[in-house]
Amino acid sequence: MYLKLFWSFIQIGLFSFGGGYAAMPLIQNQVVDLNGWLTMSEFADVITISQMTPGPIGINAATFVGIRIGGIQGAIVATIGCVLPSCVIVLSLAYIYYKYKGLDTVQGILNGLRPAVIAMIGSAGLALMILAFWNGKAVTITGDGIDYVAVSIFIIAFVILRKWKVNPIHIMVVAGLIGLCSYPFIL
Amino acid sequence: MKKDIKFYFKLFAATFYLSAFTFGGGFVMIPLMRKKFVDQYKWIDEKEMLDLTAIAQASPGAIAVNAAILVGYRLAGFLGAMITILGTVLPPLLILSVISTAYTAFRDSLIVRYVLRGMQAGVAAVIIDVVVTMGIDLIKERKVVPIMVMLSSFIAAFFVHINVIFVILASGMIGGMAMYYSKHIKKSGEGK
Repeated sequence: MYLKLFWSFIQIGLFSFGGGYAAMPLIQNQVVDLNGWLTMSEFADVITISQMTPGPIGINAATFVGIRIGGIQGAIVATIGCVLPSCVIVLSLAYIYYKYKGLDTVQGILNGLRPAVIAMIGSAGLALMILAFWNGKAVTITGDGIDYVAVSIFIIAFVILRKWKVNPIHIMVVAGLIGLCSYPFIL
Repeated sequence: MKKDIKFYFKLFAATFYLSAFTFGGGFVMIPLMRKKFVDQYKWIDEKEMLDLTAIAQASPGAIAVNAAILVGYRLAGFLGAMITILGTVLPPLLILSVISTAYTAFRDSLIVRYVLRGMQAGVAAVIIDVVVTMGIDLIKERKVVPIMVMLSSFIAAFFVHINVIFVILASGMIGGMAMYYSKHIKKSGEGK
């Protein structure tokens, strides 16, 4: 069974392009549909918990599925399976990158990639901001259902980050504390 | 840079810390890695970090893990990569093995929900701050092609929801072609 678990997560690691959320349908396919290790509602819990706990979502999901199926050993097996393919591929690419990055063509390609990377991080950041402001509900122009606590936290955090070089992790901890102190009164 | 036990420990501690405190996956962790390794430790420069991010996104698997592998490899070779993988994977393993014993209670806890909702807004501010900094740097270079690539990739990713792989492939090709043309035009100009 551990071998099957390992093989399933090798496939997940190999074919999930685009990070954690993109891996979810693949994990569901392997874990729920093909092998029947978890039911769909158990899998929904896996997604929720993966998002609620720190760490990369894909790794959280692998770890948690592994624990549910085979305890700590299962978690270790699933995590290694999930990381192994990217480890091999990324290290080969890194080797190529450091060997050939002086070449003009490679420089050209990288010059094209840099602005695209900024745009993609920006797109993800904006999506997260919208999720925080409207709490996953439909976006309205009039501002109905907007979460003013989230908006205030965002603005204060943003201003502090722009003005002073503070550790972003401190910002997140304080933001969490503000959430804990204010949401009980308004929700 | 001295590569003694202290250095390896610092590398491990940095990735462990980042993994233990980042909620939400790769796009959250990469801006934080940039702050730690580029701004704070000055181990990697800005451009190289963007290149590594592109490689991390173009490869399969968790983006945060890929980025951690690349940073580790860049700083201390294969051993460095192993250390950063361990640093990234260990926190979820520890945290989830505790939580899994009572995960329904955790899932339904109001306290956890309030804290996470507050954090979400804070995380969004952190990401957008990093993007604004990088975007301004890019615009300051006043080159047309990169700015066009940035705007069109943003539209493709945010509004059209195109798979990021295609965005990466297309922008890489545009960059390669732009370099080819600038070389070509320069050469024919010199010939005359």
